[in-house]
Amino acid sequence: MAQLEPLLTMESVGKEFFGNRVLSDVTFSLGRGEILGLVGENGAGKSTLMNILFGMPVISGTGGFEGKIFFDGREARFSSPFDAIDAGIGMVHQEFSLLPGFTVTENILLNRESTKYNLLVEVFGDRLRTLDRKDMRRRAEAAVSAVGFSIDPDTLASEMPVGHKQFTEIAREIDRSHTKLLVLDEPTAVLAESEAEMLVQSLRGLSKKGISIIFISHRLQEIIDLCDKIVVLRDGSIVKETRPAETDIFQIANLMVGRNVESAAERRRSMASTDVALDVDKLWVDMPGETVRDATFSVQKGEIFGIGGLAGQGKLGIANGIMGLFAAGGSVSVKGRKMRLNDPAASLASDMAFVSEDRRGVGLLLDESIDWNIAFTAMQVHDKFVKKLLGGLVKWRDDAAMQAAAEEYIKILDIKCTSHRQRAVELSGGNQQKVCLAKAFVVSPEILFVSEPTRGIDVGAKRLVLDTLKRVNEELGTTIIITSSELEELRSLCDRIAIVDSGRISGIRPATDPAPEFGLLMMGGELPETGSDIDAKGGDA
Amino acid sequence: MGGHVRKFIENAGWPRIIIGLFLLSLYAAAPFVNVRVLTSLSDTLVRVGMNGVLVLAMVPMVQSGCGLNFGLPLGIIAGLLGATTSVQFEARGLAGFGFAILVAVPIAAALGFAYAQILNRVKGEEMMIATYVGFSSVAVMCMAWLLLPFDSPVMIWGYGGTGLRTTISTEGFWRHVLSDFAAFGLDGGAFYFPTGMFLFFFMMLFLVWAFFRTKTGTAITAVGSNPEFARASGIDVNRMRTISVMLSTVLGALGILVYDQSFGFIQLYMGPLYMAFPAVAAILLGGASVNKATMVNVVVGTFLFQGILTMTPSVINSLLQSDMSEVIRIIVSNGMILYALTRKTQVKR
Repeated sequence: MAQLEPLLTMESVGKEFFGNRVLSDVTFSLGRGEILGLVGENGAGKSTLMNILFGMPVISGTGGFEGKIFFDGREARFSSPFDAIDAGIGMVHQEFSLLPGFTVTENILLNRESTKYNLLVEVFGDRLRTLDRKDMRRRAEAAVSAVGFSIDPDTLASEMPVGHKQFTEIAREIDRSHTKLLVLDEPTAVLAESEAEMLVQSLRGLSKKGISIIFISHRLQEIIDLCDKIVVLRDGSIVKETRPAETDIFQIANLMVGRNVESAAERRRSMASTDVALDVDKLWVDMPGETVRDATFSVQKGEIFGIGGLAGQGKLGIANGIMGLFAAGGSVSVKGRKMRLNDPAASLASDMAFVSEDRRGVGLLLDESIDWNIAFTAMQVHDKFVKKLLGGLVKWRDDAAMQAAAEEYIKILDIKCTSHRQRAVELSGGNQQKVCLAKAFVVSPEILFVSEPTRGIDVGAKRLVLDTLKRVNEELGTTIIITSSELEELRSLCDRIAIVDSGRISGIRPATDPAPEFGLLMMGGELPETGSDIDAKGGDA
Repeated sequence: MGGHVRKFIENAGWPRIIIGLFLLSLYAAAPFVNVRVLTSLSDTLVRVGMNGVLVLAMVPMVQSGCGLNFGLPLGIIAGLLGATTSVQFEARGLAGFGFAILVAVPIAAALGFAYAQILNRVKGEEMMIATYVGFSSVAVMCMAWLLLPFDSPVMIWGYGGTGLRTTISTEGFWRHVLSDFAAFGLDGGAFYFPTGMFLFFFMMLFLVWAFFRTKTGTAITAVGSNPEFARASGIDVNRMRTISVMLSTVLGALGILVYDQSFGFIQLYMGPLYMAFPAVAAILLGGASVNKATMVNVVVGTFLFQGILTMTPSVINSLLQSDMSEVIRIIVSNGMILYALTRKTQVKR
């Protein structure tokens, strides 16, 4: 791409919120058709920087910002997101802003529909022009193919898999004919590895067409694969501006957290114990989007057992089914005793605990305090934090004990909060995840299910979560069954990994097996046509 | 200093401060229009005592996520059945009141159980359904009051000889048995404090507060906060909701008995129809949301709401020389309900 002048230049941009400095002296520039990777821990200032660029009211409402931004040759100081859109900046948010009952076409062209004249316009004005469905369809198809995926433009948004929603959202930004800069905030956080790969491909295509992209992600490998330029933010300032060829994941991770992160490649000892902790036979689980058809496996006592696989293949359904959250059948034995299915209380009473992948939906009492979140399950299932009054007639809640336990875990897990009374909804994603873990640890389970423990949390918290799991396993001998879409995470942590495909276990391998082996299993164990495809799926980071 | 004020406003919430100041100004204006403050205060307190338990009946259902108990008439009907039965058997005094409670509570529990089964089938739409459960139960009872085999001459229609009257006096049975218990007056009867009624009210407050500090109470609160979380913690969500609805209905029955002994009359037929609305308005005015309510909300809300109801007729009518009390009552109570329901999402945050 011609690099006449940069499309976007930021000069010593800074921002204070009520005397609390969140950004200082941020200076970088972005050329036309360039892809800039913006990385940093949660709270490093990425979102604030993008809010400034996008003219969000939260910025002007709190005293504006310092420094200058030049966009497309002119100084830009947008007073609202509409100005930013007019200037040619498109933003794709982490949360999906699609109308579920609308088709792909309608979502892409919302409020920019092609219209035709009719008689009512004379009376009521332009708002009553007729929709030109044919032209809309054509435009939607063009935008969709520009993004580089294929979908029927008449599909309803509510019926699409997550990945397609993300693509539709990008297509919407593309349809604005003059979009010059696309900002993607964590676009891959909700995507499975294969979908993320597709997205990366399509973004490359867009940059070739001259659209500049700012890409924010926690997945460092993607940043390295995709971006032309990488900017690392830490505590509100740029600590490094570099090019992918000059760096690697570990360097970036180190820069982000400012402390040493050891290589993920350390291997675990092989397990000596042969006692079976959990025996699952012909399990089926009716979990929407993650159906399990026939899962048979057994987990040894003290083992860390990984469950991997592509999104929608059923890996998440296994833990949810065993914990009784979705209708399930088959047989599950814990320590040799057969367990009643479809009854969460029975699962919990068998000394099992579950950290759900759906943190906000199932994992937390968002409106309650941290100590309630941590103590509740232990209280209800194991009568912990309960004082018996009147000879056991009244089971009184022991607030003091709950507070003590909460404070202990706040310290151990380094949960950043104002006090144990702070409501869970006010915590950041990483800290919410730590609360979920504390909730599971406090029941001292023998078998711990953890689903997607690091989804959507930053590198520092990720490390702490994984290290804590490992420590609990080593020190307390807890059997851990961890479900994750990130194969590398599983390989660094687990003894054995089961790969789920189409609701069935396609294979169980020691974690030390090479990555392409697992990639193969994810594809149902059949050899795909090209060898390079296997490597891509394996994610050999 | 400014920080303290801001914090106080934040904690109390603007609606309570505005209504509180309005109420204060009514008390301040009272002497100028020849209304005795002491008497007004006494009237307010009596009304707080009368309505307190009915407002408290909102709390369990709010806490379990069933929303505001618009089906309060159901509990009230159970209470009325207890009241009429005790009059039928000519049970008098505290024992008579106790007998009414003994009859009312099991009926309320049974009705509450059935009511809960309906509400468990309409999760998310509880308040709408509850309103209709309340309305239709009143309609059914309109027939039942005529047909039930009561024959005490104090209660039945004089001319037909069958069927209960719309209004039955508790005079000579258990009128004021709670109110007059250890009651005291000041200033030659200008001020009267219904000690016994308040003791009963505070005992109920304590019991409900204590219940929500137990394991079961905690589980109910969690169900209201996030039913999925509760289910994942092994809680039987429907059971917890059933317990809360039964508790609310029983409190509704007790509430109307307290109300009737102080009021002196048992009101049947259409009497219970709109009883839910003042109670709903009071607890919302007290700062409760549709899924969180505390004892403080109950006490503050009942006092503010009943204060307004007592003071507006006497003061405003004297000021305006016309009867505006009913209009103001309707504006305040329905306005509060409207306000709180529109704030629903914000409260949840």
